[in-house]
Amino acid sequence: MIAEAGLIALWLAASMAFLQFALCTIGLVKGQDEFFAAIRPVAIAQGVLVALSFLLLVWLFVRSDMSVKLVVANSVAIKPLIYKISGAWGNHEGSMLLWVAIMGLAGACIGIFERNLKTKTLVTTLGAQAFISIGFYAYLLIASNPFERIFPVPADGQGLNPLLQDIGLALHPPTLYIGYVGLSIAFSFAVGAMITRDVGPEFAKAMRPWVLGAWVFLTLGITAGSYWAYYELGWGGWWFWDPVENASLMPWLAATALLHSVTVLATRDGLRAWTLMLAVVAFSMSMIGTFLVRSGVLTSVHAFAVDPERGSFILALLAIYIGGAMALFALRVGTVKEGSQFEPVSREGALVANNLLLSAILGIVFIGTLYPLVVEGFSDEMISVGPPYFNLATGPLALILVAIMAAGPLLRWRRDQAKALLNRISIPVFLTAAALFALVIFTTSMSVLPLLGLALAAGIAVASFAPLWKRNLRRTPMHVYGMVLAHFGVAVALVGMASETSFTEEKLVAATPGDEIMVNNWKIKFQAIEPVAGPNWTALEARVTAQYEDEAIHEIAPQNRMFASAQMQTSEAALLTRWNGQLYVVLGDSDEQGRWQLRVWWKPFVTLIWYGGVLIALGGLLAMIGRLRRAVRQKQQRAYAEAVI
Amino acid sequence: MTRFLFLFALLFSAPVMAQNALPASPYAHQQLDDPVQEEKARSLMEELRCLKCQSQSIADSDAPMAGDMRSQVRERIAAGATPEEVRSWLIERYGDWVTYNPPVNAITWPLWIAPGVLLIFAIWLARGLFRRRKTNQKDAS
Repeated sequence: MIAEAGLIALWLAASMAFLQFALCTIGLVKGQDEFFAAIRPVAIAQGVLVALSFLLLVWLFVRSDMSVKLVVANSVAIKPLIYKISGAWGNHEGSMLLWVAIMGLAGACIGIFERNLKTKTLVTTLGAQAFISIGFYAYLLIASNPFERIFPVPADGQGLNPLLQDIGLALHPPTLYIGYVGLSIAFSFAVGAMITRDVGPEFAKAMRPWVLGAWVFLTLGITAGSYWAYYELGWGGWWFWDPVENASLMPWLAATALLHSVTVLATRDGLRAWTLMLAVVAFSMSMIGTFLVRSGVLTSVHAFAVDPERGSFILALLAIYIGGAMALFALRVGTVKEGSQFEPVSREGALVANNLLLSAILGIVFIGTLYPLVVEGFSDEMISVGPPYFNLATGPLALILVAIMAAGPLLRWRRDQAKALLNRISIPVFLTAAALFALVIFTTSMSVLPLLGLALAAGIAVASFAPLWKRNLRRTPMHVYGMVLAHFGVAVALVGMASETSFTEEKLVAATPGDEIMVNNWKIKFQAIEPVAGPNWTALEARVTAQYEDEAIHEIAPQNRMFASAQMQTSEAALLTRWNGQLYVVLGDSDEQGRWQLRVWWKPFVTLIWYGGVLIALGGLLAMIGRLRRAVRQKQQRAYAEAVI
Repeated sequence: MTRFLFLFALLFSAPVMAQNALPASPYAHQQLDDPVQEEKARSLMEELRCLKCQSQSIADSDAPMAGDMRSQVRERIAAGATPEEVRSWLIERYGDWVTYNPPVNAITWPLWIAPGVLLIFAIWLARGLFRRRKTNQKDAS
């Protein structure tokens, strides 16, 4: 019954989306405002219904209802509760339902909370939102019904991919999807504004919290995904330039550009057409990302849904939405005035440079990710594009970008003097030069990119706090703190990336219990091998002690797990974190002589990569809260002023 | 008796013979003694694709074939081959698919000029933006 109820809720939600779209279209075409009044409640009803449908699916997974095909394929009765719940979206159908549920809830949120936008723009926004949702509802109901029953009912399910049974990956997809959907709202706002020709600061201010929110979630999602790959795959890599990673990076790059250009539009009423374009691109990238991951066009560690038929469905949706939006943009861009003007050396100038560099990086990642597919599609050749290409092509641009990031906030709006800027950033420039000098002298054989990255990070770390210089810290608006924190986070992450790349030490050994290994200043002793059992796995566990110089001895236990349900082996790395880095120990197989492979890495400052990511997201969150608070306060002041008059 | 002993010995040597038939990969999980050579091998392994896996380099894969390839790379580097020689040897055997650093050729040239083209386009776009602004300002004044 629960499955049928879920399906009914999904159908009802789909019809609500259709109604929402119809109300908007008819109202706009006929110019009758009475249609508009119904849009808010319909949007809210759609949100509630689709959320209900999703919760029912989760409930099916929690109950391990093995008469539902999806549960059978992705769950098993003996499994910790959290992974039963996360199993609901650790698969193709469930994750698409999660996507559309978040989209419906976001539409409901607009219906409830958005009060500043002109009625017409709001209605068009909700109409565009409904139009996107309809595509996804059609996809779910026609091509991938998550509530499909199975007969005869099997005794137990096949289980969730063991690699996905991890708290990091349980939370990773919802986080990313919230980000994607946030961008879909920015996109709907852009479509609404293009149709009603209402592009200006008001529109930018209404869109900004959504862009910021989406960006915060994307940042967190990518950071979490990177950390998951780092500790769960057992090889200590944190970024592989894997197509699926790129699929999440591309929307983030577009959203980062959008977030900066929307600020120019909100504050200075500039970059109108450009901001609209970025909103379209950002959501297109989310759709393309979903297409790449979900269609099976890539076969990679992440792609756990392989089905070309569904791929064509998503491709068609992609063509309709992106093609439609681009066509609308091309039609309307002529009527959008570029807005107010500025000199090259100005805050706007730096933000334009930021946007162009981010877009260039986005273009490179896009081409590098899709080129192998194009080659494979049009010739008999197969090529691989990976880290050497991406690092070489995007690295230098990224370094220029972060240098501009340090200088930009210190520039005035509209026009400024280059000389004055040099004065303001003299200390960071000096620090960067000093760090570069020290690194060249005291380290050996660092490659160019990490070397420059580390040196730049020293300067940026200081420069990011410069906007607070000589300001009354208690009266400084919260969004300025947000920017400072986010920019500082970039410096922190950069230090982590550069030092992990340059200073990691690796030891691979075949060891018998009693052996000792030295890595950097760590003394690692292999004590014993013992069998252990978990709720749904058995494992061989190595008892290892590790001691940094003369400090306390720590016990760690890397495991080699066998999952009964999946006949699959995973290695659980043991991590030991110090302030200055992480010790990473992995247990491999045994050989004929009864020796065990141990992989040991010492990765200096590697954790800064993810601390940096979290700081960046936190900065975005502060900026969002600050902006929202300010909007509320201004509204109150306006109401007060009107009351006084 | 001697014949029996011989047969008995043969029985025990069977696993050894099996190992000879399938060459083991001693350097799949073992580093080279020379750190300079190991570093060379390491950077090369990170740029080679594990052919049996999905989007993983041979440097970070548990697949047996990746182990064999790691061993091959280390052995060849230890024998004095340069990383580029090892790479071309592997490309000869497995095609361009094996390297994450695509060679520049008739098929891949658009990929390699793309970053430059994008950058030039971005600069051109920025210049156009600022120049138009300046003329606009003159018109306005």
